[in-house]
Order: sequence, then C-alpha cells, then structure tokens
Amino acid sequence: MTLFGKFESRRTSRDLFRKLLVASAAFTCLGLAASVAHAEITVGFVTSLSGPGASIGVLYDKGMKAAYAYKDEVGGEKIKLIKLDDSSDPTAATQDARKLIQQDHVDILIGTATAPSTNAMMSVANELHVPFIAISPVNIKPPKDGRLWGIAMPQTPALMVKVITDRMKREGIKSAGYIGFSDAWGDLVYNGAIAAEKEGDPKITTDERYARTDTSVTAQALKVLATRPDAVLIGGSATQAALPILELRKLGYKGPFYGTPAMLNADFVRVGGKAVEGVQVSAGPVIVTSQLPAGHFSKKIGTTFHEIFKKVNGGDADDGFSGYSFDGWLVFLSAAEKALQHAKPGTAEFHQALMDGIYATKNLAGVHSIYNFSPKSAYGVDARSLVVVKLVNGKWIYQP
Amino acid sequence: MTPEIAAFLTIDGVATGAIYVLIALGFVLIFAVTRVIFVPFGDIAAFTALTLAALETKHLPGTVGLVAALAALASLMEIVKLLRSRRAGAIPRALLFYLVLPLVPVAAVWATAGTLLPLPLRIVLALALILPIAPLLDRVVYRPIADGTVLLLLTVSVALHFALVGLGLLFFGPEGVRTESLTDYTLILGGVPISGQSILIVAAAIIFSGILFLFFEFTIIGKSLHATAVNRTGARLMGIRPERSGTIAYLFGSLLAGVSGILISPVNTIFYDSGFLIGLKAFVGAIIGGLVSFPVTAIGSLFVGVLESFAAFQSSSFKEVIVFSILIPVLLWRSYSFAHSEEDIDE
Repeated sequence: MTLFGKFESRRTSRDLFRKLLVASAAFTCLGLAASVAHAEITVGFVTSLSGPGASIGVLYDKGMKAAYAYKDEVGGEKIKLIKLDDSSDPTAATQDARKLIQQDHVDILIGTATAPSTNAMMSVANELHVPFIAISPVNIKPPKDGRLWGIAMPQTPALMVKVITDRMKREGIKSAGYIGFSDAWGDLVYNGAIAAEKEGDPKITTDERYARTDTSVTAQALKVLATRPDAVLIGGSATQAALPILELRKLGYKGPFYGTPAMLNADFVRVGGKAVEGVQVSAGPVIVTSQLPAGHFSKKIGTTFHEIFKKVNGGDADDGFSGYSFDGWLVFLSAAEKALQHAKPGTAEFHQALMDGIYATKNLAGVHSIYNFSPKSAYGVDARSLVVVKLVNGKWIYQP
Repeated sequence: MTPEIAAFLTIDGVATGAIYVLIALGFVLIFAVTRVIFVPFGDIAAFTALTLAALETKHLPGTVGLVAALAALASLMEIVKLLRSRRAGAIPRALLFYLVLPLVPVAAVWATAGTLLPLPLRIVLALALILPIAPLLDRVVYRPIADGTVLLLLTVSVALHFALVGLGLLFFGPEGVRTESLTDYTLILGGVPISGQSILIVAAAIIFSGILFLFFEFTIIGKSLHATAVNRTGARLMGIRPERSGTIAYLFGSLLAGVSGILISPVNTIFYDSGFLIGLKAFVGAIIGGLVSFPVTAIGSLFVGVLESFAAFQSSSFKEVIVFSILIPVLLWRSYSFAHSEEDIDE
C-alpha cells in the first residue's frame, strides 16, 4: 500500500504538472494574441537609482511615478512603462537603451539623470531611430544624416542666466560682479551673463572662480568688492554656492545677490543661514506653484502634479527635477495621441509618427514651461519657463 | 592692489597656511617614522569636521561605524598573527589595545547620541573618535608591508585614500557641513579686521609646532621616534620597537589632522572629499621641508597659504596651477642641493 500509494501520488503530481504546463502555454498564446490585437504602447524609462547621480535620479523617478499615476493610457491604449537603472554610468545607459529597444521593443525612450548618460542614450536613439525625450540639461546636436530623434525638456543654462540678468536690469542694477565655480557650470553661467550683457543687461565686472573644495574665497571676494558692483551674480551650485555670499557679507558687502536654479537646494539655505536671505534666483514655476497667480499657465497642471506627487511618493515635490519627467510624459502623451491615428505601436512607422508628433507640439502647458518643438529646435522652452524667486525667512517666494 | 587689500590677503593666507602647517607637520611626522606618505591624512581632517557637525545636529556620526569596523578587523588580524606565532597569552593585551580602547569613544558617542552636549565636550568626543582611525589603518594596511619600498607604501596610500573617500560618501552623504563658530571675537589691527577664528588657527599651529619640537628634543619617546626615523634596523637593535613608534606617530598625526579639521569647519563648508586638496597643498609645504625638517615645513606651508591667497586675487581660475607649479622648482632645488642617504639609493 505504502509503495503503491507513493507511486500513485507521484504519477498524479506529474500529471498535474503536465496539465499546468499545457494550460499555461495556452494562456501565454492567448496573451500573445491579445497583445497583438491590442498593441499597447511601451515606454522605456532610464534613470540613475544608484551611483553619484542617484540624488537627482531618484527625483526623476518620483516625477515619472507621478506622471504614470496621472495618465497611464492614451487614445484607449494602455501604456506599459519599463524602468531601468543606469547606475550613473554612460556605458550602462547605452546598454539599457539598446536592451529596451531591441529586447522590449519600446516605442519611446525617456532618460536620464546625468548629462554623459543622457548623451549616450541620445546616440542610441539616433542610431536605432526611436524617439528620445531627454530630461537632463544636455547639448543636443543633430547627427550626420540630419535627422534628429530627440528633444530636451529642461531650460537651457543661457536662458536661466538671461532671465535673472533681465530681472537685475529691471531693478535698476547697472553693474554686477561675477563669482562662480571653476568648472563647466561656472563657464556656462559666465558666458550666459556676458551674452546678456551684450543685449543691454548689467555689465559684468569680474570673472572670479573658486572650487567646491576650496578653503577660502577671501581673495576672490576682495577682487569683486574692488570693482564696486551694484549686485553680485553667483555661478556656484548647491551647498557651496553659499561660500562667496558668506564671505562677501563678512567683508561688509551690502548689495543684493542673484543666482540660478542650481542654488534651489535645502543645504544652500541651511549652510548660508542669515547671509543668503534675500538672494534671488531664476527657477522653474513648479517650485512655487501654490504662489502663482490663477491665470498662470503652470497653475492648473502644476497643482495637479503636486497633488498626485504627494499621493504617490508621500512627500512634497520641492525640487525642479521631478517636473521634467512629468513634462516629458505630457509631451509624449500628446504626440502619442496624434501618432496612433497614423500607425500601430511597435512599428517603425509608429516611431516616425511619434517623433513627428513630438516635433508638432504647439503651446503645450507643462509644470515648467509652455513647450513648442520643431524639427529645427530640440529645445521647446522660452523665457516663460522661468520665474524669479527670492529667499525670505528660509522659503523661496515668487517675485512677479 | 592697495596696501589694505595686501594686508587682507596676507591675513587670509596666513590663516589658511596655518591649517596647512598642522597637516604638513603630521605628514612629516608619519613619513619620518614609518616612511609612509599618508595620503588619506587630509581625509582624516575632513572626517573630524563632519563628525563634529554630526554631533552638533544630534546625528550619530558615520565615523562610529568606521572605527568599530576597523577595530574589529585589526583585532582579528592581531589574534591570527599571535595564534600563528603561538603566543596566545598575549591576546588579552592585544584586544585591550586594538578593540577595547578604540571602542571607548565609540561607546561614549553611541550612548550620548541624540543629546546635545556642550561644545568643548563635543570637540573632545570628535577628536577621541578620530584618533584611533590612523593607528588602526596602520595595523590593518601598512604593518603587513612595513618593509616594502617607499613607492609601494605610497601606492597603497593612494588606494587607501580612494577607499576612504568612498566610505566618506557612504557615511556622511554628499552635502557639505559647517559647524558652529568657536568664537565671535574680532581684532581690528590697523583698520584690518582679524577674526578670532583665524587667531585660534594660527595659535594652534604655533602651539603644536612647539610641542613637536619639545617632544623630539627632550623626551625619551621623542628620541626613540627620531631614532626609528633615522635608521629602522639600528633602532631595533637598540631595543626600540618600530611598530610602537609608528603607532605613536599615527596617533599624534591624527591629533594634528583632527585639530585642523575642527578649526577649519566653522570658516568653510567641508565635504566628504574636501580633505584631499587640503592635504595636497599641505604636502607641497612638507616637500619644501624635504619631508624631514619640521621648522622648514612650517615655513613652507605658510608660504603656500599666502601664495594661494595672492594667486587667487591675481587670477582665481589659475590659482591651483600657480600653487602646484612651485613644486617643480622646489623639487629641482631639493634634488640638487641635498645629498641622498645610502638607504634612498638602495631603493
């Protein structure tokens, strides 16, 4: 009995296993058939969830979660979102992009947190002819065949500077000292300020530089003071942007300070303390959605974004980065709606139609900007994409 | 440049230079005794600042984990070594030095985490927590290769620096810190204000230079350190244990790094990776002193600080270029004007 019973039970279990196998195979076939009939749109999203770019990459991820919760279908088609981590490494970003296109057959790519990785993804998109939405500030150049397969969401550094120097001019400032990082960011801000100067904005009196790990900026601050500027423009970012402000205030400088969105950082406010009060910087409107006037383009969509973000991620969206993911999603949604009328997702025709749809974006209101893309311009933003905010009692306050 | 600006720059340069003096003295001290160019020395200064800042914000500093892990590793290595040489009887003594003593400040910080202690106590705790790191690193990393060439030791130092910077990012996070000012006093000298903080830094540099001088001239331990520095084998024959000399040098060096870290954190924002550049500039000072002479090192470091300040005023984007360029003539001058000892030639 015992032996027979054991044999019996083993046979039944084998039978059961075979039945399961057949059933699951049948289901898979059904599923495949269903997916062919309902060709869902697949989006490949790459961000940095580890490595040095992770502090920003996580914010992009949170923004994308909010975007997907905001709308996960378009024109009756469900959207499938595949997320990969590039660990802040351009090589991994390239592999991710290839894998998403060749293995998962995505219709569009969105990414990623660092500029080198984003550029790497752009090259893959150009090579394999799949639309790409860059959510980091990068310099996009058309490839040799002249057909570009991507756009960039963020405001350009030149625009970030132009908006704040225009504000300085409006407040009657004639000359401004410049002190910034001795790296690419410091160069971008300085060049932006010099370009604005040629268009009638305040005269830039100095080009002083310091490194993030410097122990003192007294000498640079003295040089700025010696030119007696009406204001000082800061080309630093995050915590260490506070260093020249602290030093200049210590040396008795009384004038106002101006800066860029790179200073919208909790640690800048913490380290700067009383000295950085009153600093004015340009910022995406999403930073101050609740303070915007009712008629502002970003008020309605921005409020929706903040509500969904809080529901999905638990905290407030007090950064600019998550907004870029969200806006990228909006651009994709509007383009997909148009593209669905021309082709079926998963085909080369659909990729082309989607890219055409993105370039046909006209006056699309996002949380950061009103976007207008064209095959000639991979940047869809204008001066409306930046407002000026002022630090009052440790809070950024909208300055109309 | 007006005389007033020159005065400002000089004062700023002397204050920065005094920080370099403290670090450079540590470099020379450790190199002279162990032949190790201790590259992560600047990191230890930065970690002290970050530890103090963590205590100030009532967080548990990441150094706690670092010291505990290093102590465990060092004890393990020591026990294995003692067991293999069949000296199990010496294990309790080794455990006392490598496990219990380093864990005392760890336990103290652990127990008081979450309460804001008075400032002097916080400084003492931060220093006590930092002190064991270099001697433990010595036991874990350098002692097994103590008889290697200077080049090997240097390469290991560089690797160790990268490991420590990585750990620093892990333990302290990417953002910088600034600690409470030690004093708000400002001295006005001929119309130029001198902050109390700068005076403290310079005073610390002078005091520690003096202590080092007295220590090496008038104490037996100092003389035994000096003997190890001159000739390791000879010192051993005289009954001096190079290992113990090394540990003392690392302890004293850490104290110098720790003090400079505490003095610099109220005047500048310190990041997990700030230490390297400070260490590198101090190293220029140490090179001017030929990695042997304490007084010349101190003068050289002050010179680097003042040069940096004036260079930053003249052309801030080329500041580092100017500071590090002086290394070349100094090295040329050093290698032509000083005879090499036989030991150097062997390598």
